[in-house]
Amino acid sequence: MKFSTLVSATALAVASTAFVGAAQARDQVQVAGSSTVLPYASIVAEAFGENTDFPTPVVESGGSSAGLKRFCEGVGENTIDVANASRKIREKEIKACAEAGVKDIIEVRIGYDGIVFASQKSGPAFTTFQPADIFNALGAKVLKDGKLVDNPNNTWADFNADLPAVEIAAFIPGTKHGTREVFEEKVLAVGCEATGALQAMIDSGMSEDDAEDACIDVRADGKSTDIDGDYTETLARIDSNPNGIGVFGLAFYENNTDKLKVATMGGIAPTTESIASGEYPVSRPLFFYVKKAHIGVIPGLKEYAQFFIADEIAGADGPLATYGLVSDPELAATQASVSNEETMQ
Amino acid sequence: MTETTLSPEAAEKPAKLPFKSKSLYEVDDLTRKRNAAEKRFKTYGMAAIGVGLFFLFVLAYTIISEGIPAFTKTIVEVEFSLTQEQFDEAEGQLFKTKAYEQIFIGALQGQLQESGVSVPFDATTIERIVGKPGNTIRSFFTANQDKLGGPAAFELAASSRVDGYMNGRVTRENMTDSRFLQKTDLDLVDNLVEAGVIKTVFNWNFITGADSGVDNPGAAGIGASVVGSLFMMLVVLFLSLPIGVAASIYLEEFAPQNRFTDLIEVNISNLAAVPSIVFGILGLAVFIQFMHLPQSAPIVGGLVLTLMTLPTIIISTRASLKAVPPSIRDAALGIGASKMQAIFHHVLPLAMPGILTGTIIGLAQALGETAPLLLIGMVGFVARGYPDGFIAGFTEPNSAMPAQIYTWAARADFAFYEKAWGGIIVLLVFLLTMNIIAIILRRRFERRW
Repeated sequence: MKFSTLVSATALAVASTAFVGAAQARDQVQVAGSSTVLPYASIVAEAFGENTDFPTPVVESGGSSAGLKRFCEGVGENTIDVANASRKIREKEIKACAEAGVKDIIEVRIGYDGIVFASQKSGPAFTTFQPADIFNALGAKVLKDGKLVDNPNNTWADFNADLPAVEIAAFIPGTKHGTREVFEEKVLAVGCEATGALQAMIDSGMSEDDAEDACIDVRADGKSTDIDGDYTETLARIDSNPNGIGVFGLAFYENNTDKLKVATMGGIAPTTESIASGEYPVSRPLFFYVKKAHIGVIPGLKEYAQFFIADEIAGADGPLATYGLVSDPELAATQASVSNEETMQ
Repeated sequence: MTETTLSPEAAEKPAKLPFKSKSLYEVDDLTRKRNAAEKRFKTYGMAAIGVGLFFLFVLAYTIISEGIPAFTKTIVEVEFSLTQEQFDEAEGQLFKTKAYEQIFIGALQGQLQESGVSVPFDATTIERIVGKPGNTIRSFFTANQDKLGGPAAFELAASSRVDGYMNGRVTRENMTDSRFLQKTDLDLVDNLVEAGVIKTVFNWNFITGADSGVDNPGAAGIGASVVGSLFMMLVVLFLSLPIGVAASIYLEEFAPQNRFTDLIEVNISNLAAVPSIVFGILGLAVFIQFMHLPQSAPIVGGLVLTLMTLPTIIISTRASLKAVPPSIRDAALGIGASKMQAIFHHVLPLAMPGILTGTIIGLAQALGETAPLLLIGMVGFVARGYPDGFIAGFTEPNSAMPAQIYTWAARADFAFYEKAWGGIIVLLVFLLTMNIIAIILRRRFERRW
């Protein structure tokens, strides 16, 4: 009967494909993680595919935490080989990795990225910020007339007469992004200390740790919005809100200078030079993590890692720097540690 | 109603009742009211259709106007020769494509100086105007080593900013000088456009190519992900059609009516309402982590989408089996056919148009699905190009059309945003084609009793 032949033929075809698929070893490097590192990784992946005999690696996005979580799922072909991260791996994650059998991890620092505050090009004049301004605008509890209160500020001019008197509307990276951690640490915490809110919290009887945690709490009354997607989502929000201030990576801003204008932070304009010299205060290193157990099993893994941080790629004249990465002055040390497959302790 | 049952008041009332009028031509109040209600309802309906059409028009207009630029590209047309020494030197480097790019830029600079271009420029100007020509040049000369030394004509994609300048996205007014493009570079661009070196052509590469890195939008194409989608649809078709049809025939024709089959039926309906991301999580856990199928492969995508499509197919198949009148079954059974013969010889052929329509609609739905693919590694930078063979098509990493669109929309360079809209046009063409096939099948073969 026609129908039953069709059924059995299909079953056979699918079973054999599934079998072939399972039996075939994976021949491409599989990468996942930070959406900040994704553009750089995709540039490298394309060049790696073009310039070597290995197939082009697959690079997925999803955020640093999500990437590291998948990285720590275990060892084997059905797990990823490389996790991109816009922050350092946490102790907790290293422990989770070790429990799942991922014991040897190679940490590779690829360079630095600046975090910039940008707004609509034709919007209000947000041109200079201090960390204290951002803290006063977005902190959950701020100092007002010497007292610690729930953030009462509605406009930027409420706490700094030099800033435009427009409604506060900030779009900051969500908690699954590594960028958020840098934002908390380098902007909110610094601003908290600068405004004296940190001291006021300690004086009110909080322990130092609790006060530091309270410093990086963001107000939850709708003036600050967490963006869990990519920078394009932040850009779309800024596009539709003339008063909006968004947090972007430097490379993203440089690609969209026709729509966005950037604010200086602490008097320093964000450029690759000011970030490389360390003058611009809000920058962070970018990393990727390699599973050592997969080297030699997945073809091209070590070559990919070495290619990524070669002078021609991640150096000051390479395509990553052209796209917006601030190259690492200590690249040579990273190159050596990758070629020796030095793992984290 | 008779006079005797009416009270005196009631007898008076008929004077006010609209029934009093005897003529049908005379429109009374109640009728007027009912007519007005009907007219209002018709207006509401027309307004609803109008709103729908308006949004459809806005959508279509936006998609087409935003997506059209993706189908053209700006090219730099030049003749260029490479010597054997240059070839060997470039091949000896780690970053070969960059080496070819440098050689090319040097050569083009020489050519332009010779031809006496009136505007000032240097090597970096050319670097900003031509995109990333390295790979095109390298693949040409590695494939045709006999052409080394002689001149060869190249059509190289210009950088995304120059492309934007040609299609109106970037203007001298709205641009700011950056390391990607300077205002003075546009003088050279204008000059080259006049000379016929830079021109706009139809972007075949967009239809046939694979994804490219974020700094190289000129080379990006949707072709490879169309192939990825095709292989997924093959898996979906060859799994969900037989399984779905077999399940529905059994449930509809053979299964005893009891609690257990009721439970199954309810659950199939429930399954159709499950959010598609759930199937993605299931796919990751079962197919990749448990069965060790390859990551990012169309076979896994196809299996996940099969699970998603099955309920749709089962429900539509059962509906079309039900629509076949019982008299046909009875007639077949009456002349001595077995139940299976009655179903396979008579009921199933008559239900076929409905089954196929349901299948095509289910496939179209699966074709546009992104969420379940997120978790099995098909969304991201998957630029492997075309698979090496038929089996490899199922197992090699590939993307799918909606996943590719999603990826492009998230990139910083605006040229990719245009490509995302262009990708939507391609995807819509496929979806419309499938829906038209479904309509034709229904029109031509469906029988009504």
